[in-house]
Amino acid sequence: MKPVIEVENLVKKFGDFVANDSLSFSVFPGEIFGFLGANGAGKTTAIKILCGLSAPTSGKASVAGFDVYRQSEQIKKNIGYMSQKFSLYEDLTINENFQFYGGIYGLSRKVIRERTAALLSRLQFLDAKNEVLRNIPQGWKQKLAFSVAVMHQPKVVFLDEPTGGVDPITRRQFWELIYEQANQGTTIFVTTHYMDEAEYCGRVSIMVDGRIEALDTPEQLKKQFAVSSMNDVFVKLARAPK
Amino acid sequence: MNPEIAVSASKLSKSYQGKNALESLSFEIEKGSLFGFIGPDGAGKTSLLRILNSLLIPDSGKASIMGFDTVNDYKKIRRIIGYMPGKFSLYQDLTVEENLKFFAGIFKTTIKENYHLIQDIYSHIEPFKNRKAGQLSGGMKQKLALSCALIHKPEVLILDEPTTGVDAVSRGEFWEMLQKLKAQNITILVSTPYMDEASRCDEVALMQAGKIMLRNEPEEILKAFDAELWSVKSNRMFELLKDISDFSKTKLAYRSGDHLCLIPEGKFTENNSLIAYLETKGHQSVRLEQIRPTIEDSFIYQMQAQN
Repeated sequence: MKPVIEVENLVKKFGDFVANDSLSFSVFPGEIFGFLGANGAGKTTAIKILCGLSAPTSGKASVAGFDVYRQSEQIKKNIGYMSQKFSLYEDLTINENFQFYGGIYGLSRKVIRERTAALLSRLQFLDAKNEVLRNIPQGWKQKLAFSVAVMHQPKVVFLDEPTGGVDPITRRQFWELIYEQANQGTTIFVTTHYMDEAEYCGRVSIMVDGRIEALDTPEQLKKQFAVSSMNDVFVKLARAPK
Repeated sequence: MNPEIAVSASKLSKSYQGKNALESLSFEIEKGSLFGFIGPDGAGKTSLLRILNSLLIPDSGKASIMGFDTVNDYKKIRRIIGYMPGKFSLYQDLTVEENLKFFAGIFKTTIKENYHLIQDIYSHIEPFKNRKAGQLSGGMKQKLALSCALIHKPEVLILDEPTTGVDAVSRGEFWEMLQKLKAQNITILVSTPYMDEASRCDEVALMQAGKIMLRNEPEEILKAFDAELWSVKSNRMFELLKDISDFSKTKLAYRSGDHLCLIPEGKFTENNSLIAYLETKGHQSVRLEQIRPTIEDSFIYQMQAQN
């Protein structure tokens, strides 16, 4: 299978500071890939490059078949992005938010209508489509934001700490959505500070000081470090003497 | 008033434009306790802490800190508490040291006088004392904010989501700092959305939709989970949740990392029939194992029980 994200010796420097130090990894279609690391390890820098928002200093990277140096606009059309911080417009209705984002991605009115209906009925939320977003509970907003992020059927969705502050039941429903989406072939690239969520991922990479120090399935990583949880793997790596 | 009680609340309620944020909360917290308010966004944690620190007036009910009423004696309360809001609220264009001096000055004390209290925390950022607060990393800002909240030697420290968005290692370090402060006889109230932090507290209150669902020592909260919990795996994890949910003895099933959690109706003796049932649905290499619940499992169980 051909990887949907391919990164080889990727370097990003800010002045003398090396934020990404020769990253190499591949992510495959339909994979749920966990991208972990301590604050300041360089995750956001790498995600910005993969989303076509920042050019690397050196090395190779392609996303959905497009080169990050030369084809950043095509990358943007073929990915979805969702973070806890910026999601939907609070003073628009659910339906208006879908129309707005669908319009940005150049979907026709008919397609927007059909996909909005399909995505909302998957959430069993069709009846609420004319509610203003402000009145919707936080957990629901996050599920809606995810649905909006996949409306244009991107090959890859980047989720930047998507479940922060959500109650545990809603958090699990959110992961159920992610599984369903991945099962349909969409690649999921996700960051989280919940170490138990790392266990939901097919493979996980852990960044320390700009480098990827570990990359494998959660099960193999736990074996490799001889610990029983991903939290312990993370602590061992991030606290290792430099 | 009981002299051993640091914080007390009686039937506290607060609503915003008709939406209930807090519904008749009553509790007492002992002096010297490290107490956690644990719950998701919107549970009412911030409203509660803001009432306790006198910044917000409840619609009804009363609260007191060290015997002082949060409405009538607010000036006294502000002298004896330290408060660290969820959003970084120090002066970004003052240096690290200037911020600390400013807060010490407001409380008519000096950095020198209470240095022993903040030493462990402040020593990490002291090498950068001439750097502007706005230019610090997230972890350093957090340490500075905690130092500023402590510099007047408060009797009660109130921390609103100090670890949100912080990575797992730094979160662990932060809790170690709080443990040390507790040894200085400071009562500490912390709110957090991370359920796994419950075990770091002496006592926790699980909050949901403006109410305290359960309040106890972390170990006791685990014991309140009076059902069995089983881990289930198969070769078709995606379909497994739906199939298990349809099983006749399933009370509740949810995904948890690389396995599913199954809470059965009553005592579970149908291991073989569950495996046989799953095999008719096309699952292979089914693995069943009874496991111990975590605080998060308890939270889910309580949420479900109350709905």
